[in-house]
Amino acid sequence: MTLLQLTVFTAAAILIGILRNHSARVRVILLFSTLAMYWLQPASTIRYLEFWFPTMTLALVVWVYAVSYSEVMYRKNNWIDMAILLGAIVMVGLLRYMGPLCCLTSSAPPQFFTVAIFTACMVGVALLFKALSGKPGVSTILIIALLIIFIFLKNDALAEQASRWFRRITGQNPTLANSIEIVWLGYSYMAFRLLHVLRDKQNGRLPKDASLAEFASYVVFFPAFTAGPIDRVQNFLKKLRENLQLTPSRFIPGMERLSMGVFKKFVVADSLALIALSSQNAGQIQSGLWGWVIVYAYAFRILLDFSGYTDIAIGIGIFAGIQLPENFNHPYLKNNLTEFWNNWHMTLTQWFRAYFFNPLTRSLRSAKVNIPLPAIIILGQFSTMVLIGLWHGISWNFVVWGIWHGAGLFLHNRWSAWVKNSSLQKQPFYTDGKIIRAAGILLTFHYAALGWIWFVVPSTAEGWQFMLTLFGVQ
Amino acid sequence: MDGKIPNRASFILRVAGLTALFIIILNLVFGLTAAEKWLGKGSLYSHVYPGRWRFPWSENPSAAYNVSTNNLDALYAAHEVSATPIPEDEFRVFFLGDSSTWGFYLPKEKTVSAYVNAAEAETPDGRPIRAYNLGYPTISLTKDLLLLSESLKYEPDLIVWVTTLEAFPVEKQIFTPLVEQNRTEVRALIETYDISIETTAEEFPIETFLDRSIFGRRRALANLFRLQLYGVLWSATGIDQDIPDNYTPLQSDYEIDDSYYSFSPPQLDRSRLMIDVLQAGIEMAGETPVLIVNEPIYISRGENSDIRYNFFYPRWAYDDYRAWMKETANLEGWYYADFWNEIPSENFTNTAIHFNAEGSQNLANLILLEIQDILENLQP
Repeated sequence: MTLLQLTVFTAAAILIGILRNHSARVRVILLFSTLAMYWLQPASTIRYLEFWFPTMTLALVVWVYAVSYSEVMYRKNNWIDMAILLGAIVMVGLLRYMGPLCCLTSSAPPQFFTVAIFTACMVGVALLFKALSGKPGVSTILIIALLIIFIFLKNDALAEQASRWFRRITGQNPTLANSIEIVWLGYSYMAFRLLHVLRDKQNGRLPKDASLAEFASYVVFFPAFTAGPIDRVQNFLKKLRENLQLTPSRFIPGMERLSMGVFKKFVVADSLALIALSSQNAGQIQSGLWGWVIVYAYAFRILLDFSGYTDIAIGIGIFAGIQLPENFNHPYLKNNLTEFWNNWHMTLTQWFRAYFFNPLTRSLRSAKVNIPLPAIIILGQFSTMVLIGLWHGISWNFVVWGIWHGAGLFLHNRWSAWVKNSSLQKQPFYTDGKIIRAAGILLTFHYAALGWIWFVVPSTAEGWQFMLTLFGVQ
Repeated sequence: MDGKIPNRASFILRVAGLTALFIIILNLVFGLTAAEKWLGKGSLYSHVYPGRWRFPWSENPSAAYNVSTNNLDALYAAHEVSATPIPEDEFRVFFLGDSSTWGFYLPKEKTVSAYVNAAEAETPDGRPIRAYNLGYPTISLTKDLLLLSESLKYEPDLIVWVTTLEAFPVEKQIFTPLVEQNRTEVRALIETYDISIETTAEEFPIETFLDRSIFGRRRALANLFRLQLYGVLWSATGIDQDIPDNYTPLQSDYEIDDSYYSFSPPQLDRSRLMIDVLQAGIEMAGETPVLIVNEPIYISRGENSDIRYNFFYPRWAYDDYRAWMKETANLEGWYYADFWNEIPSENFTNTAIHFNAEGSQNLANLILLEIQDILENLQP
C-alpha cells in the first residue's frame, strides 16, 4: 500500500463514516472495496492477470454466499447488490476503452466481450451453487477448491506451473514462466474468511441473515483486505449494523491509530528493513555480533510492519464506523511462548485454534485408543504451528519454523505442568516474580527472534549456518 | 465522555497547528544554517562501525549496503581516512581518481590501493606505506580537485592522482553530481586557483531557499540517514558494492568514427582541456608530493581499432594527449607516470578503464615502484 492509496482509503472511509443510511453505507463499502482490490493488485507479466485475480476474488465471494446464504439469496436487495458488484467489474473492464482514464488495474483489462462472458458465467455458477446448496458436500467442494488454490499460490513449483498454464492461455511464451508472476493479492486473508464462513455454515454457527453487500464487505473490506486482521463474520456484521457515525469522538482515536500505524510501518519498519535479516544477507554475514543486530532488526521490523498495517486498518475502519479486532498486543513483552502466540497475529492464531487445534485435540481425546495427554498436546501444537508456517509458504523452511515454535510451545507446556507440581513456585525468587518474569521475556523474545531465521532464510541449511555464525561456532 | 471530547479535539487541533508551525520554523532554520552540511559530519562510522575503505557510492543500495551521497562531509565521515587520531607512524598515500581507482566491479580488497596495502611496503625510514582509496566513480578533474581540497585535512604524505583524458574536457568538469551539489566549494576553488571554468548562472545556478530547506533536501537527507543505517550491514558483511556474476563485457568493435567531443584532429585544443585543474591540485597540495598517473586503458584489436583504441578514445586524440601530458609534466617538474598500455586487454571488464583484480594488482605494483622512487628522491 502506498501513501497515495492510504490517503484515498482514508478519504473514502471518512465519506463512508458520514453516511447515515445503512444500505447506502454498505453498498459504498462494497463498491469501494471492489475498486480498491483492482487498484491494489500488483502488476503481472502475464497478460490480464491483474484483472482476473480480483475478479476471481469476487466470484468466490458470490459463490460462497450462494452456498452459505442460499435461503436469502433471492431477496430483492441482493439483486441490487449483485448489480453493484457486476457493475463494478464491468466498469473496471470498460476502463480499457476510456483512453486517458485507463486504467484502475496496472495494465489494460481484457476485451469487454471476455469480461461480459465471465460475469455471466460467474452469475450462472452462483445460481448453480444456490440450487445445489442443500446437497451434502457442496460446502466441502468450495473448501477444497479454496485450499487447492492456496497450495498453488504458496508453492513455488506449483505457482510456476500455474504461470505456465496462464501463459499458454494468453499466448505468451510458457518457457518464461516464473512463480513470482502469480501474486493474488489478499487471497490468504480472503480464504481464511471464506473458510471460516463455510465451516460455520456446516456447524450451524453462521448468522442466519446477511445481505450480499454485507457479506462481500466482510470478505473484501478494503482496510483489512491485504493484511488483515481476520475478523469473524459475526463480529463484523454486528459492527456494521451498529451504523456508527463519524463524530469527533471517533475521528480522533481513528486518526491517532492511523498516524501510529503510518509511523510504525513507513518510518520505523521501512527503515529497519534496510538492515534486517534477509535471504540475501544471511549468507554474507561474517560477524556473529553484527548478525545478532540484523536478527533484532528483523524481529522489530516484522512486528512494526505488521502491527503498523493493523493500526492503519483499524484506524481507517474506525472512520468507516467498523471496529476491527486487535491483532498484536505487545507480543515481545510476554514472558512465555504461549503468551507470545496469544498476542501475536491474534486473529490468525484464533482462527487456527478454532478451526484446527480445538477440533483436532477434541477428536484425539475422544479417540477409541487412549492417547496420553502430552502426546495430544505435542501433536496438536506441532501440527498447528507447522500449518501456520505453511500458510506463509509451502517450503521446508516454514515447516522448520513451525516445528521450532511447536517445540517451544510444547516445552513451555511441560515446564508449566512441572512447575505447578514442584516446590519451585514456593521459592521466594519465583513467587516475587520480577526476575523470573524478566528472564521469561528475554528468553521468549530471543526464541521468537531466532525463529525468524527459519522464516526468512529459504534454505534450512543456510539458516542453520547462520545460526552457527550467531553463536560463534563458525 | 462527551464533555471531554471537544477539549480533546481542540487539544489535537492545537497540537496540529503547533506542529505545522514547528515544521515551518525548522525548515527556515535548516535552510538558513545550511544544516545539511553539519549533519553530514555526524557519523557512526569509525565509531560504532568500521570506516569504509572507499567512499559511499552505489547504483544498487539494497544489494551493496551502500548509498551515494553528495554531502562531502558525510563522504569523508564514513571513510576510514577520517578516523581519529590520525596515525603518526604511517606514510599516508591518498589515491584520487575515477571509478577505476574506486574499484568498479572489484571487492574492496582488490582495488589498487588495497593491493598497495597488501604489499606491506615501507618507507626508507621504516614507516608502513598506507594507501587510502579516495577515488570516486565519476570522471572529472574538478571533482578530483574538490575531493583533494577536503582530503588535505587528513594529512596525506603523498597524493597519487590517477587520471585519463576523459577527465580533462571542459564539458566534463562541473556537470557531475558531486560537483553540482557542492557549487559553493567548487566556485571558491575556481576563484582561488584562477581556473578557466565559467562560473556564470548557467553553470552555477543560484539555489533557492526551497532548495536548501528540509523539503528541498529531503532526498539528500534520506540518503544521509540510509548511509548510517547501511553501516550495520557493511560492518556485518564487509560488502560495499553489488558485483554481478555476469555483466556485459566491453565493446571491442567500433564504427568508423574518429570524433572526440567537439575536438578536431590532428591536435586537441589545449584551451578546452582543463590541465589548470591539475596544476591547481599540485599547488594546493603544497609540500605534499603529487604523483600523476595516466591510468591504463583497454586497447582494442577489433574492427576499426586502427581508428579507435576503445569506446572512449580515437587514436589521434589519445596519442596527442599522452604526448602533451609528458611534455607538460617534464616542463612543470611533475611526478608523472604513464601506464596507459600496462594492463593486457583481457584484464578489462565492462569499460575501457575498468580492470579486473589481476589488472588492479598489476597497476598497484607499478604505482608502488613509482612511490618508492619518489621516496628515494625525497630522502635528505
